[in-house]
Amino acid sequence: MVLLRFDRVACIRGDRLLFEELSLALAPGEALWLRGPNGAGKSSLIRVAAGLLRAAAGTVERFGRVALIDEAAALDAELPLRRALDFWARVDTVDGHTVDRAMEAMALHPLAEVPVAMLSTGQRKRAAMVRVIASGAPIWLLDEPANGMDDAAQARLVAAIAMHRANGGAVMLASHFALGVPDLADLDMGARA
Amino acid sequence: MTMLIALFWRDLRRAWGSGALWLPVLFFLLVATAFPFAVGPDTPLLQRAGGGMAWVAALLAALLPIDRLVRPDRDAGVLDQLAVRGVADEVIAAVKIGAHAVGFGLPLLIALLPASALLAQDAGRMETLATGIAIAIPALASLAVLSAALTAGLKGGSAIGGLLVLPLAVPLLIFGAGMLDPSGRGAIKLLAAVSLLLTAIGPFAAGAALRGLRE
Repeated sequence: MVLLRFDRVACIRGDRLLFEELSLALAPGEALWLRGPNGAGKSSLIRVAAGLLRAAAGTVERFGRVALIDEAAALDAELPLRRALDFWARVDTVDGHTVDRAMEAMALHPLAEVPVAMLSTGQRKRAAMVRVIASGAPIWLLDEPANGMDDAAQARLVAAIAMHRANGGAVMLASHFALGVPDLADLDMGARA
Repeated sequence: MTMLIALFWRDLRRAWGSGALWLPVLFFLLVATAFPFAVGPDTPLLQRAGGGMAWVAALLAALLPIDRLVRPDRDAGVLDQLAVRGVADEVIAAVKIGAHAVGFGLPLLIALLPASALLAQDAGRMETLATGIAIAIPALASLAVLSAALTAGLKGGSAIGGLLVLPLAVPLLIFGAGMLDPSGRGAIKLLAAVSLLLTAIGPFAAGAALRGLRE
């Protein structure tokens, strides 16, 4: 069984070929670390996997719903954090308890009533992580999820990833540094270019 | 379905939040207040020209918020998150059109009451105006969301947004203002036909524009 499959995929941005002939498969419980320098195509690969960018060649197949973190938090800045997250809970048709548990996992309960605009970069990343956890999607696509996070938050992120994999989810993680996720396959985008 | 309702309420909340509800109303009344001063104290002339002015003001009130209809959602990543969840761009566009129609349309119809008085429109002409504008509101919202989606990727795009949809809005103005002419008996049917057409193509045209934003 496979959750995400790339078959000889190529990606072109502007007039630059970022990667080609890329084949990979993610099964339940697996995690893949996309590494490489800035501009190597990590984010583009994540967006191709999410279906936001069309692959120039090859096929991308997803067997299950997808949850995505990218540089934009997609939370309404004027709302208190909890209400901003509740919007996505309604879109994903999950109940309040699921959001509660996800907020606990990222230790965000004390900030529930704080407007999103007042949150720091790391806190906003944690909030986006809450949305990913609460969505219940089996495929997680995380683009630099730990940016701005302190050590405690990173530990919670790693724990959340481990929990997700234990429950049969798959994770694709783009990061320029190692997060300390155990049992991690890696794909060096810099070496391919 | 829950998702569509959540999207609709979010758009409406953002349209009406922090006093933005009164923006189209104030704008509409501003035009209705300024126009009589510009025309002068000739009541028959004001009555004849006032209805057309109300139509122009309604069109501009619809286009007033186009820079906050799509661009903030794109910049905040909301559109990407919805696309990841498999929500069709056409559905997003249709919800946005509906929310904008309610968001600016309802206040506009209420503002029409004092505006008609300022523009020397009697009860009969006011009723015709209200009917016509109510018919045109979905089409006006459709054009606003379309131009917002087309210009969301451009810097300072909202300035040309109005120019983009002006040709499409002209039939609405012609038939809408034509309803006020005693000889314009068929105008309401033509207005309804144009409004239906624009409302029907709006979600598809705006949806295609939203898809283009991702490339």
